Amino acid sequence: MADFILNSAGRVVPSLVNGRGYAPFQGVPFQGITGQAVSGRKAAPPIRSCANYPADGDKRAPDLATALRRAGLRDGMVISSHHHFRNGDLLMPQVFAAIEQLGVRAVTWCPSAAFPCHAPLIAKLEAGLIRRVEGSLNGPLGDYASRGHMRRPNVLRSHGGRYRAIQDGDLHIDIAIIAAPAADMFGNCSGVLGPNACGPLGFALADAQYADHVIVVTDTLLPFPCAPWQINGNHVDQVVVLAQVGNAAQIVSGTTTITRSPDRLLIAEYAAQFILAAGILRNGFSFQAGAGGVSLAFSVAVRDLMHQHNIKARFIRGGGNRYLVEMLESGLTDYLLEGQCFDLDAVRSLRDNPKHIETNPFTSYNYHGKGNFASLIDCVVLGATEVDVDFNANVVTHSDGLMLHGIGGWQDALFSKCTILTVPSFRDRIPIIRDRVTTLCGPGALVDVVVTERGIAINPRRSDLIAAVRGSQLPIRPIHDLKREIEAMCGGPPALPVFTDQLVGVVEWVDGTLLDAIWQTA
Amino acid sequence: MQEPMMKRRITASAGTTERADCHITVQEAEQPSLTISSKVQVTYGATLRHEVTTALAALEAQDLAVWVDDQGALPYTVLARVEAAVRRLRPTTMASLAVAQVAPNQAHRRTGLLRTRLYLPGNTPKFIINAGLHKPDAIILDLEDAVAPSEKEAARILVHHALAAVDFGKALRTVRVNSLPLGLEDVRLLATAGVDAFILPKIEQMDEVVTVAALLDGLGVPETRLIPIIESARGVLNAPLIAAAPRVLALTIGLEDYTADIGAQRSAAGRESEWACSMIVNAARAAGVLPLASVYANVDDAAGLQAYTQHMKSLGFEGIGCIHPRQIEGVHRALMPTAQAVAHAEQVVVAYEAALAAGQGVVALNGKMIDAPVVARARKVLAWQISS
Repeated sequence: MADFILNSAGRVVPSLVNGRGYAPFQGVPFQGITGQAVSGRKAAPPIRSCANYPADGDKRAPDLATALRRAGLRDGMVISSHHHFRNGDLLMPQVFAAIEQLGVRAVTWCPSAAFPCHAPLIAKLEAGLIRRVEGSLNGPLGDYASRGHMRRPNVLRSHGGRYRAIQDGDLHIDIAIIAAPAADMFGNCSGVLGPNACGPLGFALADAQYADHVIVVTDTLLPFPCAPWQINGNHVDQVVVLAQVGNAAQIVSGTTTITRSPDRLLIAEYAAQFILAAGILRNGFSFQAGAGGVSLAFSVAVRDLMHQHNIKARFIRGGGNRYLVEMLESGLTDYLLEGQCFDLDAVRSLRDNPKHIETNPFTSYNYHGKGNFASLIDCVVLGATEVDVDFNANVVTHSDGLMLHGIGGWQDALFSKCTILTVPSFRDRIPIIRDRVTTLCGPGALVDVVVTERGIAINPRRSDLIAAVRGSQLPIRPIHDLKREIEAMCGGPPALPVFTDQLVGVVEWVDGTLLDAIWQTA
Repeated sequence: MQEPMMKRRITASAGTTERADCHITVQEAEQPSLTISSKVQVTYGATLRHEVTTALAALEAQDLAVWVDDQGALPYTVLARVEAAVRRLRPTTMASLAVAQVAPNQAHRRTGLLRTRLYLPGNTPKFIINAGLHKPDAIILDLEDAVAPSEKEAARILVHHALAAVDFGKALRTVRVNSLPLGLEDVRLLATAGVDAFILPKIEQMDEVVTVAALLDGLGVPETRLIPIIESARGVLNAPLIAAAPRVLALTIGLEDYTADIGAQRSAAGRESEWACSMIVNAARAAGVLPLASVYANVDDAAGLQAYTQHMKSLGFEGIGCIHPRQIEGVHRALMPTAQAVAHAEQVVVAYEAALAAGQGVVALNGKMIDAPVVARARKVLAWQISS
């Protein structure tokens, strides 16, 4: 049984998870867990020799089972996969069928994120084929884990955190499976070619660089070279061609149309007016807003203000979507930096427009990088399931305690110059502003503004922002005021969920320390 | 001796299973029971049980078997749905359970503006709660067209509770009642619920308005006003009398029904109703009440709404009916006076007040005489400017 420690955010976290030791969260300025600069060497992949690979560059294996056997798959190994097809992944069910065929059991599956399309894999967990899962769980798998059925705790990391964990050797991947919309026999992969083009392949980058063995699986084999490649074939051991690996139509999450909800439109409008009033929205500025109804509406509101005030951005960071693409094409921004395409207009633009640039967790979020893009952005608009009166925020559990979302790039993006959470003041009667969030995912020190339809709360630490918007018409209110009003409306504060003492997950901070623990719901 | 199972089970229900609503079923039963299924079971399950139990006690209905299917309803909705279900099962003359929690406000009397009036379906809780945040000059809790015939009473109870519990900000709080005679029952039951004005649909003659005004006289609510909607040829021809009836605050026209009544179709240009619109404006102006234009139905057409608003403004109307909060800002913008008009109005008011202070009888600005109507008009322009 692991020991538990109180971390500096006031959360009780284990010191041992799945046999690996952990340090508690020590604070935001992430100079390493002791406050000292980190030292040592990164993890490294095994040494290979080109002499051991076919001189003609043809690394194809006839099928998945053969490739996995050649990769040396055996019981207990760690297999990774990636979510650039989002809810349209067709590969992993085929991979686990092949693993089953080989009679291998108890593998650890490390997806960068799992989606509702992976719900059938619950049967593989039940059967013991999958021993545990380590990665973001969206929807049914999260619900399954929250109720304690996975038995072993999940480790939740941000996109940047996952890259770091692989670099640090915290997450050692035996076999990486990379779904490629297009590839050549050498293993060069492209996410923007082929009938199921999905955009960037950045989530697989760390796996390609650090895994012991890398298998690329595609449904569109192009003659060498598959160019431009996003995953370099020199990292790749084998290539498998299947009938279909993904359905690009499903990368369009349900949240890629602008909300019609008047309340959410109001939130987006307030957020846009806020950055104008605060002087953030000015020539040469930058912002990040992804998918989700409010984020899209925010982008559109910002677009209109940019037209109105004759302002141009230097760059915008996606979650690309057609609204951001239109802004790029109409010259409202010089560049669109793309981490993950949320619709097919973004995929098309990424392929065709040289000003639409692919980024990845290394460029944007990497903790061990020599800087990263996240902190260069003037403002970022993010969602949250809860935020507390100290501006700490939750993005993985709901107020009923169920772990239903991954962290995504959310933690990493908090490092922008102005981080704005756009949230409805309540959802289904449940207030979003709480005394204490159910699960801590983002320290309040990095959350600058909370925008709801009932008012805007500015973190008291940001006296500069408070001063900047003084005298504006915006409904700036203390966060305690907002909380009181919402609770009065909803019939008092919500009851707290009851948990058992079974750990179902931990939330890592970007530096690998533990921010919080997630428990089985009773 | 055990009573034989002769009693006929009778069931009633109220509410829906839409978001932010709850569906309540009540049944005469041998044993009282309360079964709750809620989308917010973990966080508000206990609170919800308490709310339902308290409401049942207040309605003297603790003996019923009750089922609750809750989709995250706020407390006032829970109360309203329990009340509606119990009243359906056991018609009673007991007073409403709604207890006013928000003070009615008088903001509209300060500005006198009714540029936007936002329609809210009276039986749909999710649209009601945040309506005031979108800053319409008035909200209309609609018991007429937006409510199915079978749900009229449930809607009236929900509206009653909404008026008691929901903060609509500075908006004028109005209720569109059903056409008479059902509307009289709506007015009677809601007259003391904190309604600033009742909107009376399909008014064709003055007598109808007089009847409602007389009802209000007897209910001790001297401040409550009326807004008749003209929706027929007959109504248009009687508009001058209707506008002059007691308690009338504004006069408006419903173009969908009106155009059907005259055998025309509502067009974008609106030529078929231009005469009627002018009639309404003139009738309202002659009676000293506000002329308000009909709604613009296409929520997605912002440009169309602008054009429509400009057109109505040019006819003399001072407000537009809104069916979605997204329309509010556009209408306010379209009705905003020009900078030139504002500057002139400021000069007029300043000159007038200076003359008044100096005890001068006659005021002139740039060689033109300023009389009382000119000053009133200038003050109005400034009010519009401030409120936009």
